[in-house]
Amino acid sequence: MRTATQIAADVRGGVRRAVDELADAYAAIAARNEELHVFLHLDEAGAATQAGAVDAAVARGDDPGPLAGVPVALKDNLCQRGVPTTASSKILEGWRPPYTATVVERLLGAGAVPVGKTNLDEFAMGSSTENSAFGPTRNPLDPARVPGGSSGGSAAAVAAGMTPVALGSDTGGSIRQPAALCGLVGVKPTYGLVSRYGLIAFASSLDQIGPLTTTVADAALVLEVISGHDPRDSTSLPEPAPTLVAHLGDGVAGLRVGVVSELVEGSDPEVVSAVERAASVLRDAGATLVNLSIPEIRLGLSAYYLIAPAEASSNLARYDGVRYGLRVDAPDVAAMNEATRTVGFGAEVKRRIMLGTYALSAGYYDEYYGQALKVRTRMIEAFALAYQQADLLIGATTPSVAFAFGTKTADPMAMYLNDVFTIPTNLSGDAAVSVPFGTGEADLPIGVQLLGPGRSEARLLAAARVLEIAEGRA
Amino acid sequence: MSALSREDVAKVARLARLSLSDEELDLFTGQLSRVLEHATDMDALDLADVVPTAHPFGLTNVVRGDDLTACLDRDEVLAAAPDVQDDRFGVPRIVGDAP
Repeated sequence: MRTATQIAADVRGGVRRAVDELADAYAAIAARNEELHVFLHLDEAGAATQAGAVDAAVARGDDPGPLAGVPVALKDNLCQRGVPTTASSKILEGWRPPYTATVVERLLGAGAVPVGKTNLDEFAMGSSTENSAFGPTRNPLDPARVPGGSSGGSAAAVAAGMTPVALGSDTGGSIRQPAALCGLVGVKPTYGLVSRYGLIAFASSLDQIGPLTTTVADAALVLEVISGHDPRDSTSLPEPAPTLVAHLGDGVAGLRVGVVSELVEGSDPEVVSAVERAASVLRDAGATLVNLSIPEIRLGLSAYYLIAPAEASSNLARYDGVRYGLRVDAPDVAAMNEATRTVGFGAEVKRRIMLGTYALSAGYYDEYYGQALKVRTRMIEAFALAYQQADLLIGATTPSVAFAFGTKTADPMAMYLNDVFTIPTNLSGDAAVSVPFGTGEADLPIGVQLLGPGRSEARLLAAARVLEIAEGRA
Repeated sequence: MSALSREDVAKVARLARLSLSDEELDLFTGQLSRVLEHATDMDALDLADVVPTAHPFGLTNVVRGDDLTACLDRDEVLAAAPDVQDDRFGVPRIVGDAP
């Protein structure tokens, strides 16, 4: 598959038309969507209109933008006006948002062509897409295995060559983990770098939107387009989008890279050796390796599985059958609310709503939610200390390669453990990238994770580019 | 930390406006207990003097300019509602009969 960078250059240069790029994307989707269950909705009419507008701009001599004619898949928790948006939940089935997410507006403004909405774990709660109300997505590299989650449909779209770019959201690893399991580049930007306006909220202090791509350069290109201040998101950072593409060749010479023992422990041997090999590649490229221990990382899982459910229980209170989505009729309002939510939410969403409600309830607030918020403070302090000793950190994205369907669904805790290396960055609000590096069991891809302080995306992507080149992937 | 009982789960479900079957109550009590048991690892830290963090960068209130801007289209918004009465969201009865 051609990259977004190549497609945009060809379309801007008049070498290829956006409508032809779009036809190629829909042909690739038609070839495997039934088998893999990647898209919940295809917006063929809207995409054709946008591609036609891009071609018309080129014909007029206007520049349609840095993503001209690039087909993009959108995780189905991103709102696009008039296009069905479900968050993979029965409670939103058939809903058409009356507004468009800022990231989608920016993609459209840059000439990109959104082709449709991808499957996810219901309300982005999960690590395998097995929690989708509409059935799981299969991993294009091995259809007997999960693509990861919650942005599993977005990862599968790119890994199957349907679109060169997809957007996902990452609350505890939901971009990086599926990127790792599908052999892609995935970025969890600094909290506030990308506007959350129009993202269906899961845990608002943790959620960030970011790209999944086949190359580091494409990730940089897309992130430049979607980031930057947005007055419609009160948590948006004040500055404009950072310059990333121009820094891709910066390398790592002179940087201190922290090799963090807690970011590999418990992993499969192939994953451990991939991280060691990646660290040595960075050292050979001029970085200095520093061995670090950040014990607080081990407590991330506990803090996260109280904080995220607590925020979710509040955010999901809005699904009450009154203003949009599903309503199950009952004689009075309270019974209608309860019947609607009982029918509309799946088991994992109910578990997290109850966990969060419990953690916030009178008598338990201090013991659970309050403690978790203090652990979050310690996590932020621990990472700040680590970033005095190192310019970036390296570890694994996930403890193993893609796993088979059904292996972790019976025990929620086993599924949650898949996020152990990704969660700490969401709690600290910093940035992290997963980049494919090496293979493990059954020749499946391994993701190496690079972590940096807030606003370090240019540095992280330059380091990821060094690993990509060493792997012969670019 | 306290152990989670079946009654706790039933109470929380009521607070969250969810009705659970007996089987679901048993299942969720076990599953949620394991998550809360895992959370006891936080007790290893001395957190007495730590300030809690609710937001990564410390939120300050953000206000917009007091300018007229377009809002969502009323008909488009109401078109998504399960029940509409006189250009408003319709709901079943809220208040019971007078005693």
